[in-house]
Amino acid sequence: MALSGLQIYKLLPQTNCKECGYPTCLAFAMKLAAKQADLAACPYVTEAAKLQLEAASAPPIRLVTVGGDGARLEAGNETVMFRHEKTFYHRPGLFIHMRDADGAEAIKAAVAVADGYIVDYVGIKLGVDGFAVEAASGDGVTFAAAVAATRAASQKPLILVAPDPAVMAQGVEAASGARPLLCAADESNWQKMVEIAKAANAPLAVRADTLEKLAALVEEIKKAGVEDLVLDPSVQGYADSLTSLTQIRRLAIKKNFRALGYPVVTFPRRTANGEVDETVLAAEHIAKYAGFIVLESFDPATLYPLLVLRQNLYTDPQKPIQVQPGLYEINAPDGHAPLMVTTNFSITYFAVNNEVEGSGWPAWLLVADAEGMSVLTAWAAGKFDAERIAKAVRSTDAESKVNHRRIILPGQVAVLSGELEESLPGWEIMVGPKEAVDIPGYLKVMWGEKVG
Amino acid sequence: MPITVEIPKEKWAGSVRVVTLGATRAEGGTRAKTITVGGDATLPFLHFDGAIPNRPALAIEIKDRKPDDWSPLLYETWGEAMQDPADWARAAEAAGADLLVLTLSLTQANGKPNAPDNARAVVRQVLQATGLPLAVFGPGQAEKDNELIVPVAEEAKGERLLIGVCEDKNYRTIVAAAMANDHLVSSKTPMDVNLAKQLVILIHDMGMPMERIIMDPTTGSLAYGIEYGYSVMERLRLAALQGDSMTQQPMLVTPGEETWKAKESKVGEGVPESWGDWKRRAVNWETLTASSLIHAGAGVVVLRHPESLKRAQRMVDGLMRHTE
Repeated sequence: MALSGLQIYKLLPQTNCKECGYPTCLAFAMKLAAKQADLAACPYVTEAAKLQLEAASAPPIRLVTVGGDGARLEAGNETVMFRHEKTFYHRPGLFIHMRDADGAEAIKAAVAVADGYIVDYVGIKLGVDGFAVEAASGDGVTFAAAVAATRAASQKPLILVAPDPAVMAQGVEAASGARPLLCAADESNWQKMVEIAKAANAPLAVRADTLEKLAALVEEIKKAGVEDLVLDPSVQGYADSLTSLTQIRRLAIKKNFRALGYPVVTFPRRTANGEVDETVLAAEHIAKYAGFIVLESFDPATLYPLLVLRQNLYTDPQKPIQVQPGLYEINAPDGHAPLMVTTNFSITYFAVNNEVEGSGWPAWLLVADAEGMSVLTAWAAGKFDAERIAKAVRSTDAESKVNHRRIILPGQVAVLSGELEESLPGWEIMVGPKEAVDIPGYLKVMWGEKVG
Repeated sequence: MPITVEIPKEKWAGSVRVVTLGATRAEGGTRAKTITVGGDATLPFLHFDGAIPNRPALAIEIKDRKPDDWSPLLYETWGEAMQDPADWARAAEAAGADLLVLTLSLTQANGKPNAPDNARAVVRQVLQATGLPLAVFGPGQAEKDNELIVPVAEEAKGERLLIGVCEDKNYRTIVAAAMANDHLVSSKTPMDVNLAKQLVILIHDMGMPMERIIMDPTTGSLAYGIEYGYSVMERLRLAALQGDSMTQQPMLVTPGEETWKAKESKVGEGVPESWGDWKRRAVNWETLTASSLIHAGAGVVVLRHPESLKRAQRMVDGLMRHTE
């Protein structure tokens, strides 16, 4: 949607008055297009041109930041419908639901556990993004105490859920400095919610049950002066969710429809009527267009797969996940265990790791730095050769880990064996199978029966 | 202030091809029912863009004998039924599968190499035990696949089995057996749009009607490459809708096989505490892999655990229920 320098130039006064600090309007336009200048520097630009320029320069889905003093979370600024078209940028935040009626002590304890949760996925530390505190009691004092208890146990971003503006105001006060997402303004309460959001400079969720009503309400609220908005389309179940969230994304990206150009918050459990599986619906929301997802409870058995799914789908297709090069232990190997080498492309590594692990064989897996490429690609690109493999053997001190001198090469690069013999004097180069799936059989026959 | 929101709709030139698995007595087989997949004239479950005449079919994978290396959770759930393929087939049907996928092992229970007679006998038993449509896949090694799948195709002539695995280096024998015995084939390629298309063309060039080809674009498990398969499937579906005829085959995925190999599902001990309760995690792993691939356009989904099957079924129920 961004305008070119020439398009911007046409909207400027074209008087070359130099008051903006640039010699000509065209030079200023070029700087604007490159986002290196601010339109406010031009004192003569018309209101109409200003609006047009601002509209054109804004991203189709507004970037909204939740959180303040502690951690922050950004959602929005997405540019595509499918990850293969470019990438998905801002991973949807996973928030854990807390009810004020459970009492401050119970909340503090529950928040502390979830706050401390960290799970490691290929060297990436994943965890909960924040907490959604709900005024289930309907009482402002109870709500404020719950918010304070959450804050005491965690610095992570907050979502405050309260339909009554008076209750919300008390919660916001207890969250001072945290810049929580306020959830939600609807047809009945929006004027007061807007006041609270403005006073606290906090993002505001807008809720309605049709896209028409949602867009209309967003326009009203924008006029009233709140720009950081999040949409809650009140989705009900799998099909309705997919339809609404797809339509919102399509309107924003393909039609530049400003009234729905915001990230979306979902409550997969709120839509549940016994037929909806919160985890499965949350997974749908990760793939299909949510910005914030509120989960009913903290359960690592559910959270871990959801976090990994999010990580996988939000991986930039142009930059595949790489595994840290190094010497990996599989099934607690000792000095007699086979030493195998592969590349640090994550899928290659996983394929090999999975097969070896599944086979039950203890083994050392040497992951060479092949710049994240698969075996054949890396070999063709000169990133997986005898020199690199020998370097990996030395840098990981593999020689001290195994008491034999045999290394198993991927079958796809059997051609490297001669060179590798020269680079690794004293080592026997064994040629492994071409496909990872054949590793268990290979180990059994070639290592178990011939070597061991 | 009323606002008119005009929903942008996609007008697609093509649709996914309709493929029917299984044949009833009237159609020359013995199946109690047939399963039809494909026909989608839209991206997955976007009913407002186009028609979706058929649901994705959910299959349970069984084996010709009790496997040696499956997760304890799978032994626990299928129990004694795994000792006998016919019992296992009945249990899978009772669990609610739309069809069964029988994968043949390299060896028999007594340790001897699997052999044509055994494969024939097992397929016969399974066909007698259940009225569901059936897919039969070899162990995945070219020579063995050909040795076992050809007699299976003859044994089940007319049943419209889905047979495989057809891969770029080994498809002719299996395609010929399918053509001679009125079956369908599964065309499997490694996570690549062009390779998927190319193998369908090669199989079709042998004379196999398009209505009897299913594509298997290869499944990556959650945490182990799901995003590659996911995006290849989305791209294949977009190509199909844009009218590229050779990408219009319904897609088969195997989240059961892929996820139950993964440590996250397979084992309960020696893993980080942060992974949570083993059984819930394991079933979530399979269910979420399956559900994500269903959103990416899967037409046939092969699972291993009955609970994943139930959860996927409920999701598909929900996704197919829509108001105009």
